Amino acid sequence: MAIPAPGAIDCDIHPALPGTHVLVPYLDEYWRAHVLMRGLEHDNYGLAAVPANAPINVRPDWKPATGGAGTDPDLLRQQALDGFDTRFAICNVLHGAQAIFSEDLSAAFCRAINDWVAAEYLDRDPRLRASIVVPMHSADLAAREIERKAEDNRFVQVLVLAMGELPLGRRQHWPIYRAAERYDLPIGIHAGSSFRHPPTNLGWPSYYLEDYVAWSTGFAGVLNSLISEGVFVEFPRLKVVLMESGVTWLPAWMWRANKTWRGIRAEVPWLEKSPADYAREHVRLTVQPFDSPPRADQLQRLLEEIDCDDMLLFATDYPHWHYDGADALPDGLPAGLMRKILVDNALKTYPRLSS
Amino acid sequence: MNVTVLDRQPDADKQSQLGFVDCDVHPYTKSPADLDPFLSERWREHRRTVGARTRSPFIGAPNYPRMSPGTGMRMDAWPEDGSHPGSDLELMRAQLLDAFGVAYGMMMPLLGRGGDERNVEFGAALCAAANEWQATQWCDREPRLKASIQVTTEYTEAAIKEIEKRAGDRRFTQVMIPPRGLEPLGRRRYWPILEACAANGFPIALHLGGTSGHPSTGGGWPSFYHEEHPSYPQSKEALVTSLVIEGVFEHIPNLRVVLVEGGFAWLPSLTWRLDKHYKRLRAEVPHLKKLPSEYIREHIWVSTQPIEEPERPQDLLATFEWIGWDRIMFSTDYPHWDQDDPRYAIKVPIPEVEKQKLFRGNALAFYGLD
Repeated sequence: MAIPAPGAIDCDIHPALPGTHVLVPYLDEYWRAHVLMRGLEHDNYGLAAVPANAPINVRPDWKPATGGAGTDPDLLRQQALDGFDTRFAICNVLHGAQAIFSEDLSAAFCRAINDWVAAEYLDRDPRLRASIVVPMHSADLAAREIERKAEDNRFVQVLVLAMGELPLGRRQHWPIYRAAERYDLPIGIHAGSSFRHPPTNLGWPSYYLEDYVAWSTGFAGVLNSLISEGVFVEFPRLKVVLMESGVTWLPAWMWRANKTWRGIRAEVPWLEKSPADYAREHVRLTVQPFDSPPRADQLQRLLEEIDCDDMLLFATDYPHWHYDGADALPDGLPAGLMRKILVDNALKTYPRLSS
Repeated sequence: MNVTVLDRQPDADKQSQLGFVDCDVHPYTKSPADLDPFLSERWREHRRTVGARTRSPFIGAPNYPRMSPGTGMRMDAWPEDGSHPGSDLELMRAQLLDAFGVAYGMMMPLLGRGGDERNVEFGAALCAAANEWQATQWCDREPRLKASIQVTTEYTEAAIKEIEKRAGDRRFTQVMIPPRGLEPLGRRRYWPILEACAANGFPIALHLGGTSGHPSTGGGWPSFYHEEHPSYPQSKEALVTSLVIEGVFEHIPNLRVVLVEGGFAWLPSLTWRLDKHYKRLRAEVPHLKKLPSEYIREHIWVSTQPIEEPERPQDLLATFEWIGWDRIMFSTDYPHWDQDDPRYAIKVPIPEVEKQKLFRGNALAFYGLD
């Protein structure tokens, strides 16, 4: 269904790099010379996990006349912001910078992307906010980049991929979470993989459809890791936002995680409450796609099973194609919950939106 | 085994008095040498010298240590002589078959591990030995127990030969394939084995397990058994996705699959997710003629253990209904630490007709048993 009133907060839109070459002006002198020497500006470091022209990643009426989906800032403002009467929208640049094997090159590209999105998007429209892209495979460099960009209040979140080299809860990552918590930045975890490992524990699937469907299981693994390792015990103010994760898998995950914890809690004695309760306190999910059931009574039951009105955040997932027209909300949401999804939950999740 | 046991409110009428079919029972050897009579001298020697070579770091321990001795056994299931739980038929009768009037028990041997063996000839020999061991040491002594044909999917010819060898032998009811193999099971190179299962009238049982060498999550190896255990449903989701999207059921319309020990509450949302995104990406998979949900509804069965425990117990009934009451089969997982007791596992009363299906009727129909 369509949004009932103006002023929603869109927690997941995707400006895209027209090409690696646009980053060259944002690289420092050393990296600019280095990139040009190797000819990297001609390479495509887009994420293989997110093929730009697959139908699910580009809604036909959101594709610019020239260039890839999400590459035209004016069109993005017109379609994603004006089109939904949006108060704020958070730019999440999905790019392979995070997946580059060299920590140093990865960090250089991430810095350039953050400066590029500030200049090309945030400076052009006061409704836009952005997530800080970080070199996830180097916690030190990632934390340094968080500190560098945190001065700019328009950066409201840290962006990481759901699947990288190590499960996200692993303690090697904790400097990133420490920095994020210090600056009131949630960790935005987006669907996708750097393909260090197959996206399923059975190995590499044949089809993109399989990869896409598997993202939700990737998120289940992310939650198991973050909770089991004690991230939310160590960083009690930290929030994580699952983006493009699907939603309806959550109750079954809660039941499984709680049951496992009751049987195996001796292995993770630092946990003070059930995994579902950690999730309700610390985990948020964007609502596109939602993966709705066919019947209204099923949706109602799923919402009761989630049993928390604070967890869901509105997102158009522009320019990805999950719905047509203005129907960016799943059908059948109760009015009170809808208001929280559209505005209140985002304001609580992202303190920097209010500053 | 855990605190929830104390909280459980048993159903007043005993769900166990149905002569139920147990779709997951684990027989064990008392010693690895128990398989020796069924191995040739070459492979006996190989077992004693080189031994098992799988894709995991430890010689005689799982990647993630379990929470009770014997890699996760029920504490009261150890025979008095100290041999492995599940290795003593008399104790199995006392604790399971006779205790609950089990009509049939589907054996899922987790020994030999032929399917995980990197030397595929040794793997095939171990599978054949485990099959002969089941038939002669268990089925012949206890006709209520039914055997599962072990195969290694990495040696197609041997797998087909083994399936054909057991065809028509009523001691064997299904082919058991560890889902975590080298590649997702729907990939075309496995189709000849799946064809052989269907052609010889065997459903396939996909019990969790297998040492693929791939991390348990797409983001890498987790730290804890606390994460490994809940990764089993993720394997099942990938398995269903692979079988459906690769077109296995289009290619082999009479193939039937039961998922064992991966729970089931994840299945409805996976089905919705598959249908939704199939509609957007169907041009990539033109070999599919129906919605993913239709293939699932026709070809996939689930067993119950480890039973889902919703925060509101009655939500379990809705989940059963969404999957389909005719697709759910009870299992205990005896003698594992997290086994389900038929008296207490389901904490909400089930209507009589559905109870009959879940505990007995569905499995009898699935396996063609009386």
